[in-house]
Amino acid sequence: MRREGSPFTGLGPVFLKEFSDHLSSARMMVLMLFVLAFGALPVGLSLQELRNVTESDPFLFLRIFTSAPQRVPFSFTAALALVIPLLAIGLAFDSVNSEFNRRTLSRVLSQPIYRDALLLGKFLGGLATLAVALMALWLIVFGAGLLLLGLPPRGVEVARAAAFLLVAIAYGGVWLAAALLFSVIFRSTATSALCALGLWLFFAILWPLVVQVLVLSLVAPEVAAGFGRIDETLAMIQTQAGLERLSPNTLFTEAVIGLLNPETRTLGPVLPAQMRGAIMGAPLPFGQSLLLIWPQITGLVAGMIMVFAAAYVIFQRQEVRA
Amino acid sequence: MSDQVIEIRGLTKAYGGHRAVDAIDLDIRRGEIFGLLGPNGAGKTTTILMLLGLTESSGGTVSVLGFDPVRQPLQVKRRVGYLPDAVGFYDHLTARENLRYTARLLEIPGREIDGRIDEAMKRVALADVVDRRVATYSRGMRQRLGIAEIVMKRAEVAILDEPTSGLDPHATHELLEIIRGLKRDGVAVMLSSHLLDRVQSVCDRVALFNRGRIALLGTVVELANQVMGAGHPIHVEATGCDIAESVRGLEGVQKVTPEAEGGVRIDADRDVRAAVAARIVSAGGGLQRLSNLQPSLETVYTRYFQENRDAA
Ligand SMILES: Nc1ncnc2c1ncn2[C@@H]1O[C@H](COP(=O)(O)OP(=O)(O)OP(=O)(O)O)[C@@H](O)[C@H]1O
Ligand SMILES: [Mg+2]
Repeated sequence: MRREGSPFTGLGPVFLKEFSDHLSSARMMVLMLFVLAFGALPVGLSLQELRNVTESDPFLFLRIFTSAPQRVPFSFTAALALVIPLLAIGLAFDSVNSEFNRRTLSRVLSQPIYRDALLLGKFLGGLATLAVALMALWLIVFGAGLLLLGLPPRGVEVARAAAFLLVAIAYGGVWLAAALLFSVIFRSTATSALCALGLWLFFAILWPLVVQVLVLSLVAPEVAAGFGRIDETLAMIQTQAGLERLSPNTLFTEAVIGLLNPETRTLGPVLPAQMRGAIMGAPLPFGQSLLLIWPQITGLVAGMIMVFAAAYVIFQRQEVRA
Repeated sequence: MSDQVIEIRGLTKAYGGHRAVDAIDLDIRRGEIFGLLGPNGAGKTTTILMLLGLTESSGGTVSVLGFDPVRQPLQVKRRVGYLPDAVGFYDHLTARENLRYTARLLEIPGREIDGRIDEAMKRVALADVVDRRVATYSRGMRQRLGIAEIVMKRAEVAILDEPTSGLDPHATHELLEIIRGLKRDGVAVMLSSHLLDRVQSVCDRVALFNRGRIALLGTVVELANQVMGAGHPIHVEATGCDIAESVRGLEGVQKVTPEAEGGVRIDADRDVRAAVAARIVSAGGGLQRLSNLQPSLETVYTRYFQENRDAA
């Protein structure tokens, strides 16, 4: 049956309300403090170390993002890989079910608006909030770098860092969509938060191990032990990488490596054929790096869209009565 | 435009095998207050949700102001105000901010919004708390805020699902006054309720729902005649004589029952007022009061469900 009128009627007001609600909420403050605390440690320490670097590094500025200081075992980007999902989940885990519980949903849906616009507005409002938060963080890191390193970044460094920001937003978008999905499925906000956090833990910790166990149990024992033929071993590594890329965390991490370590030529095992003619340690041009991580970026965006679509389908079929 | 604002034909909603609403026909006329009555689970809320296109129907057709809520929900929702049962607002926002959000969804031009909010809040006597957070509102205030939203919307039809539930008598009275005000503005009002005597006082017509069907439909008097038979109950108060004794044997009198607040109720199959007055006077009593009793909706309701106990 055809519906009349644009599905996006009312999208603007919903988006603006969500956006301003997020920005003024106490929860957002807490999440930001959390993110800042997590980010400040590696950034502060690596800045100290980088100040003392004497040899000239053309990508010194990017090292602020990627270098893991000696005293903490993770870099700024690794911290972000962990904290961005938390930020996204914190923003969206109760976005639909809280409307049910506050009994505002049927009142809002009795205004001239389709559910499409409501859900999309909520998602975009969350995404915009996330973007603002990450942008703020990014600017802080950049400013700190300028002040403490005392030298301006080169244009290509800014471009790479900006691309990194976009990838980080897309990564957050996946988790935002996932949290939104759970908030559509479960009426209880606690359950939906728990499920979203469980999924986050699963991908952050369990998934790489699961993949490893799975792949090793599938291949012949001598291949698993590292004595197989080169093509067999290669096939195993590729399967493993393929499976790991089902996790948004992997996609994000690989994209970050490609963007912020310009020396990266490939994200899989390096074959001698690929190294022919390559100068070890020579940086790739920005365009080449982008090409390298293009699959990761499309993977993140596609994942975001797919999860949102699932939430959309379920939301359309739901009863509005509380 | 036709006289009907809502036209329902054969409307059905099935949840699995269970028919929550079973092929109902209903017309709501312009400018009337229409009451939906019925026990819990009778299908009132389901019917209302289908009118707004918030739940898909399983069969039948609905036309609201000439629009089909399934195919043209935006047109319907632009013109119809809805107050859900247990209405909720965003507690962290003020009433004005809540209404502003609705106003934006309604695409009311920005410069008109505040004027319309103030006007609507005045109508429901909340003008002085418009800038307070809704978290501080009482149940009755929230309910009135819900009506303010409908007033601000300038809806042609207002659908109110149990607007008086959980309100104290005074708040109920105030709310019903506001609903009467809607009617004066030419708004057709459809409301569902369990407070039968209150419904009786505001509704022009009522429909009695039972198990997804409309069991009875009409004015309160028509309903009473259908259920109780065409009786003529009267209320009599007199001093200086025993009323029951003096009307004994009077033709047409079926039952005489003393009432708690004094006086007696006389049920008869015809109008016996003149005869009763004559008897009391001739018995030497002083007639204090003699009034025609409107059948109470509550009695009708109770009687109907007693007679159809197996059905309810
Ligand atoms: N999502 C659902 N799934 C299955 N059955 C449902 C669903 N929603 C409602 N029902 C059933 O539909 C019937 C009608 O419910 P409805 O809410 O319309 O009743 P009501 O007349 O509004 O009752 P009340 O006076 O309690 O508000 C009930 O028997 C209820 O159990
Ligand atoms: Mg109901």
